[in-house]
Amino acid sequence: MILEIKDLHASVEGQKILKGINLNVKKGEVHAIMGPNGSGKSTLSNVIAGRDVFEIDQGQILFQGKDVSDYSVEERACEGIFLSFQYPVEIPGVKNTVFLRAALNAQRKYRGESELDTAEFLRLIKEKASELQLKPELLQRSINDGFSGGEKKRNEILQMSLFNPTLAILDETDSGLDIDALKTVAEGVNRLRSSERAMIVITHYQRLLDYIKPDVVHVLSDGKIVKTGDRSLALELEKRGYGWITDGTEGKIQLPSM
Amino acid sequence: MSKSTSNKDIRDITSKEYGYGFVTDIESDKLDPGLNEDVVRMISQKKNEPEFMLAWRLKAYRHWLNCKEPTWANVSYPPIDYQNIVYYSAPKSQKDKPKSLDEVDPEILKTYEKLGIPLHERAILAGVAVDAVFDSVSVATTFKETLAKHGIIFCSFSEAVHNHPELIQKYLGSVVPYTDNYFATLNSAVFSDGSFVYIPKGVRCPMELSTYFRINELNTGQFERTLVIADEGSYVSYLEGCTAPMRDENQLHAAVVELVALKDAQIKYSTVQNWYPGDKDGKGGIYNFVTKRGKCAGNRSKISWTQVETGSSITWKYPSCILQGDDSVGEFYSVAVTNNHQQADTGTKMIHIGKNTKSTIISKGISAGQSQNTYRGLVKINPKAQNARNYSQCDSLLMTDQCGAHTFPKMEVKNNSAQIEHEATTAKIGEDQMFYCKQRGISEEDAVNMIVSGFCDEVFRELPMEFAVEAKKLLEVSLEGAVG
Repeated sequence: MILEIKDLHASVEGQKILKGINLNVKKGEVHAIMGPNGSGKSTLSNVIAGRDVFEIDQGQILFQGKDVSDYSVEERACEGIFLSFQYPVEIPGVKNTVFLRAALNAQRKYRGESELDTAEFLRLIKEKASELQLKPELLQRSINDGFSGGEKKRNEILQMSLFNPTLAILDETDSGLDIDALKTVAEGVNRLRSSERAMIVITHYQRLLDYIKPDVVHVLSDGKIVKTGDRSLALELEKRGYGWITDGTEGKIQLPSM
Repeated sequence: MSKSTSNKDIRDITSKEYGYGFVTDIESDKLDPGLNEDVVRMISQKKNEPEFMLAWRLKAYRHWLNCKEPTWANVSYPPIDYQNIVYYSAPKSQKDKPKSLDEVDPEILKTYEKLGIPLHERAILAGVAVDAVFDSVSVATTFKETLAKHGIIFCSFSEAVHNHPELIQKYLGSVVPYTDNYFATLNSAVFSDGSFVYIPKGVRCPMELSTYFRINELNTGQFERTLVIADEGSYVSYLEGCTAPMRDENQLHAAVVELVALKDAQIKYSTVQNWYPGDKDGKGGIYNFVTKRGKCAGNRSKISWTQVETGSSITWKYPSCILQGDDSVGEFYSVAVTNNHQQADTGTKMIHIGKNTKSTIISKGISAGQSQNTYRGLVKINPKAQNARNYSQCDSLLMTDQCGAHTFPKMEVKNNSAQIEHEATTAKIGEDQMFYCKQRGISEEDAVNMIVSGFCDEVFRELPMEFAVEAKKLLEVSLEGAVG
């Protein structure tokens, strides 16, 4: 088991967001977490990553059997938890390559591996970037500074490929992408699917799941997982909206607004 | 940057102690505290100065008696007792100046070693010539001979007074007159030593020239004076670094730097200032009240100031350019960091006099702890300065809720053809940026350092390579445990 979440309750600034999440993710699996806006999807990803502004009120997060609830953000990252951001931040003046090398070496150091020198690193990152069709000059620019929406998301997937995490959480990776960018990003993600890795794909729309096909689909509503199924659940959600699950009103159709 | 950081833990990381706070135990030859005309005469006498120097000092001293200490800066400190300051202190073994490094007191050499100054082979490797000022007397000057081959003069100020009096008489006070301001006037009366540089016509100085200042003696005010003259068509890059031992008392440092760039000459002056900033509660530290000014005297000349100010309990400093020659260029790149109870009031003046003169101001202020960080700048376009241009950018980064950033940009434009641009931003270090870095495995401290040095990147790029590395390290030390 890669991730076991047991009865997780979490809040931000005193407001309860997660109200008893149970989730088990095994090696090699891809789980999709869907749900309406405000259901707690992003909170869940942030809490797994350990963001300080969120408080765990109750429950446990086990990562590869270890309780990581008290681990810092960077420790969890080094243990192999990766979060692809919905809105990757810009850090002016910090060169992408410098940042990525510092991050990779911090993780390698944590795991007791030797650090990569500049030449080794550049070789590696250029190879990874070309797989994702990321323009090499983006590596020389400040992190996400002036990147288009698609470039930002591809830069996230590039990092995922570089850090080779055991658990990757993709938070609304499809948001802000046109169909071509979405395909490129999804291809990148699919290439990283492996029997040694688990993924959690968080999305509002089923569209992304046409390209990244999940093994398990969960529906999150008001801080709880209210339904779990296979891929057909996502297709059904597209047809029928969330209403029939979240408030029991059958047949209410919500067209996803883009 | 969006939200303010809410990370409580960051505050808890203990601040790093000042790393250069050791005291060197050597005998020194110093005057009793206090200032009067006799003290001025004594300083001049101890330095065996020619008559013109004494006369200049005395003029300055008499003028100083009628000056008032300025109070307009956005800083506060208890009144300074000018009668309780030692105005001259020299390591005793220096009475008969050493002829080579072997003759230098080993204790002093050890001090420099701790500071990491490349005096010996390291200097050769690094290609840096060092004129080290230890308290008041220049201890050792390296590379003089190599430089002499190019006709470059790089020596202590006192030596220049003896060996090149004609240059001193011509240029001393030509940019910062002895009547300039309270602290510059005081310096003119009692300055004890400093550095002197002359680059002859058409010579490109083959190495970076460097002075390392260090205040050692208790209660010693360091009043050094630097004069750099770049003759027509020459180029020089000058580096200045400063440290001081930890003392509970505040020490006064009132230096004067004058730069003169003649026709087609360029001077690049870089400072990394790391004077003792005082302890966490604001006790002790250097008062750094410095007057730095350059004159682009000739057409097409250029002066660039780059400063990284991390130290001193109070900084009062405005490296400026007088753009007298047509088509001359002035630049000011500054990073000023304040932490704990430090106060900095710093900036620049760009005085456009000649036609087609151009100036650039890039100022980055970083405030942490309970510190106050002020940018104060003046861009003045004189009536005859046709087609003058200025670009100013002042950015402030706040690390805590208790610190302050202030910006006072002033413009006086008396010629309609001027083009002036000013941009200013203030941001708090972002929790989202911190989270992003940490989610990639980067530690909290490294994340802060990375974000801050990214913020300063435009200025660091202007520093010579070896200085840029040092500046980044200093910044890291200054800001350890600073986010809150």
